[in-house]
Amino acid sequence: MEGAELAGKILSTWLTLVLGLILLPSAFGVSLGISEIYMKILVKTLEWATIRIEKGVPKESVLKNSAPVGIIQRDESPMEKGLSGLRGRDFELSDVFYFSKKGLEAIVEDEVTQRFSSEELVSWNLLTRTNVNFHYISLRLTMVWGLGVIVRYCVLLPLRVALAFIGITLLVMGTTLVGQLPDSSLKNWLSELVHLTCCRICVRALSGTIHYHNKQYRPQRGGICVANHTSPIDVLILTTDGCYAMVGQVHGGLMGIIQRAMVKACPHVWFERSEMKDRHLVTKRLKEHIADRKKLPILIFPEGTCINNTSVMMFKKGSFEIGGTIHPVAIKYNPQFGDAFWNSSKYNMVSYLLRIMTSWAIVCDVWYMPPMTREEGEDAVQFANRVRSAIAVQGGLTELPWDGGLKRAKVKDTFREEQQKNYSKMIVGNGSLNSESD
Amino acid sequence: MGSRSSHAARIPDGDSIRRETGFSQASLLRLYHRFRALDRNKKGYLSRMDLQQIGALAVNPLGDRIIDSFFPDGSLQVDFPGFVRVMAHFRPVDDEDAALRDPKEPEPLNSRMNKLRFAFQLYDLDRDGKISRLEMLQVLRLMVGVQVTEEQLESIADRTVQEADEDGDGAVSFLEFAKSLEKMDVERKMSIRILK
Repeated sequence: MEGAELAGKILSTWLTLVLGLILLPSAFGVSLGISEIYMKILVKTLEWATIRIEKGVPKESVLKNSAPVGIIQRDESPMEKGLSGLRGRDFELSDVFYFSKKGLEAIVEDEVTQRFSSEELVSWNLLTRTNVNFHYISLRLTMVWGLGVIVRYCVLLPLRVALAFIGITLLVMGTTLVGQLPDSSLKNWLSELVHLTCCRICVRALSGTIHYHNKQYRPQRGGICVANHTSPIDVLILTTDGCYAMVGQVHGGLMGIIQRAMVKACPHVWFERSEMKDRHLVTKRLKEHIADRKKLPILIFPEGTCINNTSVMMFKKGSFEIGGTIHPVAIKYNPQFGDAFWNSSKYNMVSYLLRIMTSWAIVCDVWYMPPMTREEGEDAVQFANRVRSAIAVQGGLTELPWDGGLKRAKVKDTFREEQQKNYSKMIVGNGSLNSESD
Repeated sequence: MGSRSSHAARIPDGDSIRRETGFSQASLLRLYHRFRALDRNKKGYLSRMDLQQIGALAVNPLGDRIIDSFFPDGSLQVDFPGFVRVMAHFRPVDDEDAALRDPKEPEPLNSRMNKLRFAFQLYDLDRDGKISRLEMLQVLRLMVGVQVTEEQLESIADRTVQEADEDGDGAVSFLEFAKSLEKMDVERKMSIRILK
């Protein structure tokens, strides 16, 4: 009996602490500075670890370059140079060399597939999962790593899971309660309060440190907010600083419950999977939503899928055909503290959340950017590319013309035709001249 | 890619593959991880579709032919040794390879002749050891798509076969192919250097 009493006392003190130090400040949007102290300690520890590793590793076997350099030596010269230099020369038997080399290079490494796996770190961050090529360096380093494992799994994980649980329950309960009220400004205010509080709790559940830049450009009502997509957490990060109406598919399970609860309090736009295919229906509903100035700005991720936060892939033009003002937002995670990328083919949602909750922290920067509208004579695709470039530049990401959906579908033939056109121009452009002289 | 250790012992038959292809330990490991990344459903082998999903390969005019070279004799799967064997053709030629080589051993996969053989089989679809005029036309058609008329293409094919054909049989054999390219820097053009 004593054991149970003691356990009960510990649990209640712990709960009170959590309530006082985390839940209440979240409700008021106030920070007590605990996470800042944690981050400072973490940064110092990781710096120490990096120095130890660099001392311990001989200079020759220095760590691999990070992803942008690539693993093969590329000759990026255009087709003309690759095909032996002269413009308007004839077909040669050796022309296949160029294409076969390019093809094999793509098989060894292509810029798309690597974006669907986590970014490689330049220096180890004391997590087992990012331990790529590191050998045993020193006893102290291993001890710090071991301590880190204990801290992450035994101290942080239960805390975070509890917080997440509290956060989600509050969200579901709160939105259901607020949903009972009749439509009024009070309802909107309450629904915002509920959303913000629960999102802040959930962000603390991930030990998230988010820096918002340029808050003056925060998306306004009646606009569309567009951002690059790395993980489901993106939504959480954006909604902590403002309320949005979300667009997306109806999911089953836990996500479905959350979605259904949220839509009671304020109008989100959820689609069934079959409805998503009907582009006109989707566009119509979204247009209706933004036409109503009282409704919250829509949040859309035009890439359509999660990319690993080193690049921005093709934006689907559907979101840019709706009209209205586009508010671009760039989100860049710092991979040193925890990898936020969701590799949906490798991990399901639950194991992804567990990985996130056993990382050190989620640190990211959010840049709000000035609003953009479609200009005269610009079609949806050009507009989408313009917005994409702006986001890529701001976030320091590379731009790729490929479709994120490539991981599921085949590539379009138009790209191949372009290559064929270039090649034909070379051999036939002056071909008629040469065959005459034969 | 999650956690992975750097032990080459994890590659099945790692040592024999290394001997056969001449890749270094580090390069082999890189290729192994790439193989695993391409093998989406973790089958242990690659199918045509796995390779077709590489965007940059699918838009390559010779993409299908290149994929075919991984599946000789009508097979439908390629395992890691088979994958590396094809990649080995593109290994850069190191001078020390030539010096250390035992002349009794078979030619290394990345020799000039073997590189030329790889290019040859991109043309020679029926594997009869000759590039016929028709096969030449087919490859040309792949590379130019719909941009060039049939007559222009035929005249290019005719001229090419004529120039290379020495024994007058109307087709280009492998030796004629190699001879017509004897001045070409094949070693450099058909090499991919894997960085550490």
